[in-house]
Amino acid sequence: MIRLEQLCKTYHLGGESVHALDHMDLAIAAGDYLSVIGPSGSGKSTLLNMLGLLDTPDSGEYWLEEQQVSLLNEEQRAALRNQRIGFVFQAYHLIDRLNARENIELPLVLNGTPPKLRRPLIDELLQRLGLEKHALHLPHQLSGGQRQRVAIARAVIRKPALLLADEPTGNLDSHSSNEVIELLEELNGEGITLLVVTHDPKIGERAHRRLWMQDGRLTGENLDAESREGRTGRKDRKGSDDAQR
Amino acid sequence: MRSADLLSFNLRLLTRQWFRTLMILLATAVGVAAVLLLTGLGEGARRFVLEEFSLLGQDTLIMLPGRKETTGGLPPLTGEGSRDITLADVAALERLSSISLAAPLIAGNAQVVYAGRNREVMTLGTSARFFEIRELTLKQGRSLPLIPLERAEAVCLIGPKAKADLFGSAQALGQWLRIGERRFRVIGIIEDRGQSLGMDVSDQLIIPVASAQQIFNVQGMFRVFLKVRPGSSMQQARSEIIDLMQKRHGGERDVTLITQDALLGAFDDILKLLTLSVGAIAAISLVVAGILIMNITLISVSQRTAEIGLLKALGASSKDIRLLFLSEAMLLALLGALIGIGSGYALLWLGHSLWPQFPVSVPLWALLGALSIALGVAALFAWLPASRAARLPPVEALHGEVGHA
Repeated sequence: MIRLEQLCKTYHLGGESVHALDHMDLAIAAGDYLSVIGPSGSGKSTLLNMLGLLDTPDSGEYWLEEQQVSLLNEEQRAALRNQRIGFVFQAYHLIDRLNARENIELPLVLNGTPPKLRRPLIDELLQRLGLEKHALHLPHQLSGGQRQRVAIARAVIRKPALLLADEPTGNLDSHSSNEVIELLEELNGEGITLLVVTHDPKIGERAHRRLWMQDGRLTGENLDAESREGRTGRKDRKGSDDAQR
Repeated sequence: MRSADLLSFNLRLLTRQWFRTLMILLATAVGVAAVLLLTGLGEGARRFVLEEFSLLGQDTLIMLPGRKETTGGLPPLTGEGSRDITLADVAALERLSSISLAAPLIAGNAQVVYAGRNREVMTLGTSARFFEIRELTLKQGRSLPLIPLERAEAVCLIGPKAKADLFGSAQALGQWLRIGERRFRVIGIIEDRGQSLGMDVSDQLIIPVASAQQIFNVQGMFRVFLKVRPGSSMQQARSEIIDLMQKRHGGERDVTLITQDALLGAFDDILKLLTLSVGAIAAISLVVAGILIMNITLISVSQRTAEIGLLKALGASSKDIRLLFLSEAMLLALLGALIGIGSGYALLWLGHSLWPQFPVSVPLWALLGALSIALGVAALFAWLPASRAARLPPVEALHGEVGHA
């Protein structure tokens, strides 16, 4: 589903060049569950932004669903972000003047979905994530775990193909942390490709495919046996999930 | 983004930061109201003056001694002639076939004394014809007697204000007062008609022209009012008057004729310009409001950096972001302008009800101008910050500031 070929990104910080991505090659299959683990400054956030079409590479190619997106213009990338990609951030990034329901609604508002069509979609998702009671609460009235669930709801309301999570549990206690990661995994179980960027090995270990990054390069890769099988042919995700538990 | 969503998104933002919103609304409203008020008053002044001058009537000519050009500028209201216009000239003018009435005028300030009260009063020396031409009516008594112009008689008419000053509530009719060195008997009291031609009839004394010649020690007329006979054209009357005066003054054309139209035209031009310039001055306050909007939008952009990043991540394009900030500013300007229009009209209405004789009306161009300047300035000044927001790279926007939620 995703193919990166020789992707490069260099930042200039005070006369010093930082290779955030150094000739990166990567292929991700649809429905995969990956984690990217690395120290801060290793380029993992840049990779995430690149995959999420928030940033453009200096050189190299990025293929998303058989489309070379590095050739798209800003408008087309914005439309693609809205349609195919969901983001979950460490700091939730909920708009604090909007209630939970309106925050979840935002991607639909931005692409111009009529209110009549928006309502059932949100109702269904609120119910699924156990947020019905909090639909009219403002972000500051919610706990950290609840906020992150609202953010996840917002990320998947458009039924994206790719869910990108940047330290999704970074601001949460271990209980909420578990809840959130299980929710993400559940969504992955339904077919969304999930990529989690983290520096927490415990979170990273749960992914089927783990990538280690340093200085803009992949320094290691670890694949679960079940997952490898799944990728090579038999798409038996349910089975592999059960096996893991 | 649908317009309804855009509107509710912006309204949410504006009501949340109500103090900021209130200040911008106030600034815009004051600007718009100032434009309406000043142009309304200017237009009122123009109408007021035009109405006053229209009292002269379409068929009246004013003759001044001395030759003045009357094109391009305000015609002279005082003339200094090389040769006096004499009472004989006035009598000859009235005999012209195209002229029905001719009234001489000598005017000056005179010391008027009655029972120890001493006032300086504007005193007009004229004939009975003057009352017909200026359409003056009397409250009490009778008008000037129909006597030959050269005959001085010791009678006077008094305006109500001058009467109140000199006589108080006492009976004035039939009383003797002193104007300059001479004594005059009050034979009539003029009806108050307010200001006319810049002179307040209610604050004046009117005496026979020959008496005025003696008091002020002058021979020549200050002005001559000429009423054109119905059926005669203005053009014909004009040339007849000029010809006659030229003949009588030894072949020299040394008088100036003013028509109401020339006078009105000149005043109209000046007052229109005045209205336009006060309106323009008021519009400057709108530009100030625009700069305020720019600053507020800049602050809004920097405060909402993370939000901009988020919206971009959720699929907003640069165009959407620019539209978001522009529409916020435009919404503010529109609401402010509407409040300004409302309060501007309310103030004008209030002024009109306090002072009914002064006509106030906002010219349409001022209303549309104020509205479009308010919106235009908002769009112009919000463009820069909105474009800055649109250009923000989403990554840095998201990381530049950690969200508050």
